[in-house]
Amino acid sequence: MSQYTVAFAGNPNTGKSTLFNLLTGMRQHTGNWAGKTVISAEGEFTHKDHQYLAVDLPGTYSLYSNSADEEAARDYIIFEQPDVTLVVLDATSLERNLNLALQVLEITGRTVICINLIDEARRLGIDINLKKISKRLGVPVVAISARNKIGIEALLDQVELVATSVVTAPPLRITYNDEIERGIAELTPMVEQTIGSMYPARWIALRLLDGDDSLLTSLKANMNSKGKALPGTKEVLGHGVTACH
Amino acid sequence: MTATVIPIPLSEALNGSRLRISGIEVQGVLRRRLLDLGFVVGNAVEVLRRSPLGDPTAFRVSNTTIALRREESSLIYGELIGGAET
Amino acid sequence: MESPHVTKGMDTLDSLLARAKKLADGGAIRDEIVGGIYGVSSGICADAITYQDKKRLNSTYKLDNIVTSKIWGFPIMLAILGVVFWITIAGANYPSGWLASFFGFIEGYLTTGFQAVHAPDWLHGVLVLGLYRGTAWVISVMLPPMMIFFPVFALLENFGYLPRVAFNMDRLFKKSGGHGKQALTMSMGFGCNAAAILSTRIIESPRERMLAILTNNFVPCNGRWPTLILLASLFMSGAAATGTMRTLTTASVLMGMVLIGIIVTLSVSWVMSKTALRGVPTHYTLELPPYRRPQIWKTILISSKEKSLNVLTRAIVVAAPAGIITWILGNIFVGGESVLNHMAAFFDPFAHLLGMDGFIIMAFILGLPANEIVLPILLMGYMSSGSLVDVDSLGSIKDIFLEHGWTWLTALNMMLFSLLHYPCGTTLVNIYKETKSMKWAVLSAVIPLGIALVVTFAVAQLAQLFGWV
Repeated sequence: MSQYTVAFAGNPNTGKSTLFNLLTGMRQHTGNWAGKTVISAEGEFTHKDHQYLAVDLPGTYSLYSNSADEEAARDYIIFEQPDVTLVVLDATSLERNLNLALQVLEITGRTVICINLIDEARRLGIDINLKKISKRLGVPVVAISARNKIGIEALLDQVELVATSVVTAPPLRITYNDEIERGIAELTPMVEQTIGSMYPARWIALRLLDGDDSLLTSLKANMNSKGKALPGTKEVLGHGVTACH
Repeated sequence: MTATVIPIPLSEALNGSRLRISGIEVQGVLRRRLLDLGFVVGNAVEVLRRSPLGDPTAFRVSNTTIALRREESSLIYGELIGGAET
Repeated sequence: MESPHVTKGMDTLDSLLARAKKLADGGAIRDEIVGGIYGVSSGICADAITYQDKKRLNSTYKLDNIVTSKIWGFPIMLAILGVVFWITIAGANYPSGWLASFFGFIEGYLTTGFQAVHAPDWLHGVLVLGLYRGTAWVISVMLPPMMIFFPVFALLENFGYLPRVAFNMDRLFKKSGGHGKQALTMSMGFGCNAAAILSTRIIESPRERMLAILTNNFVPCNGRWPTLILLASLFMSGAAATGTMRTLTTASVLMGMVLIGIIVTLSVSWVMSKTALRGVPTHYTLELPPYRRPQIWKTILISSKEKSLNVLTRAIVVAAPAGIITWILGNIFVGGESVLNHMAAFFDPFAHLLGMDGFIIMAFILGLPANEIVLPILLMGYMSSGSLVDVDSLGSIKDIFLEHGWTWLTALNMMLFSLLHYPCGTTLVNIYKETKSMKWAVLSAVIPLGIALVVTFAVAQLAQLFGWV
């Protein structure tokens, strides 16, 4: 009965949609989510005993550049909190692709890293040590070829482990330079106090340091709507606001 | 390190030359975008080729190929580390 | 649940950001953050990835040396465009004919069936001559070229050629004030303008995105390809042309149409960026992905399924009722003439100035919901009004046109009008949704319409002035 949500994130042109279509059997329909106008595809697939709702996020290079696509992908991962975020990477340009993976991992540890186009990489003479990457990132890393259907079962096994919380990991902690770390240290407790434990405080502190206004806007909108969803909270919310005026 | 190497804008580098990025004189969203694409200080860039009409120019960076117009590439500076001479 | 602290959220967040901004103290921190992530990423890569041979890694780009070279870049682009058209026309010719005869064959049985049950004439007219024929037309004329054009185009797309086109042509777009990625959204327009409007999201600057939206219509979409292909092959191939020559001329005429579309796109972009959409070109970054061998069969299957059938369904859904309406209009007589004829006669004087006739203009007007149905409506209009030609082969379409006084000029101007006139209803709705501005939605219909009128008028007048017709 229970259905897990799997969000597909990745750079443009990594074969993310190929994988998506493969898993969902091309039964693509487009749907809007989180009040965004950016269209993303949704589909369903089953693996072993579980049903999954796959959400194809827009392909982006980063989550930080404030284009509509990136904000949409970012907001989905933070606010919709999918059970698994599947980050699809291009094996032939991992160096750049990993940036996105790291950005996602800073938000959530409920992540599976999927290195696509592995056959292409082998053909080009690129050897990738998955174990090492997995160790550094703290989450499962699977190499696949979506177009030649290599490694799909193994990937879904890992997705299942993360979805069912058999494998868990905290958000990845990247250590920045002293100045940034001091800022984060100062902001994190305040963030926790303000927005509670719903969202990763360290990450939000980092984004605030980066001056990410759009995240703040989304955060407000989301807390507003979440507040409305919970009648009890709404009341208190009203108090909070009036108290400040 | 060496005082003799003078950074040149990527737009001035010849096809085939390799540079190490030493500075990016852009602000705002574009800077962000360039960083995302691998135009990060310290990273190596190879000048691949110009478009048939002379601009934009394709660069090889982080194992990917990115095309930039002169407007952007003239604001990214790098030190020659190999390839064609200027 | 959550602590009551949550509640303070709204205003505290703002003060948090202000505080954070003070801490960050200038812009350097952004670089440091990205630099930090980048450092980790390259650390992992250095640790976990080994390259056997760096040279081999760059080998996939060797093709770029030719495809984007000074000498071959543009000739190859044109050649590929020509080959795509050639394959489409050459390949679609026969299946279209077969489908037409097949549907004609079935129509005979349907008519016999209607007669057998003594169905009233009007019912046979509405259902068989209107609905069935209209639908059959759409399928036999549109399906084969789409089944070839879309997959071939999708193969090119999957191979990675389109970004190279954008790379080659960027200078032109820059000169005209647009964004290099406009070349990509134009390519999408070949498939469907309505979808291409959504794809303009890849252009971040609102000004340049608006240019891409306003001009996308000048790329002929699948709804207009059948019209262009059919008219080009019937009227533009000259008298002597047969077989290969005929296909070649048709392909060149189509290429000419695309080039005209590109020229108009660049000109309109230029004018707009000098007037209503003034501004400096924003930043531009374009990734040239490695070439990848497309999965041929899968690509063909997906593009046939996703594109051709979707478009066809859309066409039939709109064409079926349009077929009925056209038949009814053609068979209700007021003062000895059908309503359809009255309407056509109304547009006739104006249409003749443009080198066309009232039926064509009417077809374009009724075809607003979907360009796919312009040609079917026109044919149904002709058939229901004039002598009923039994159309079971494509050759007889030309007879219908000739019977209504068509010349090469009529065909050319209908092609030009089809290429340039307003986008279809779906596209306009998408433009409105995307820009949230009635002004731009209206302008994106009015500007092309104005250009279409001016161009066809000029061509018609010139041709008549020089006595070419």
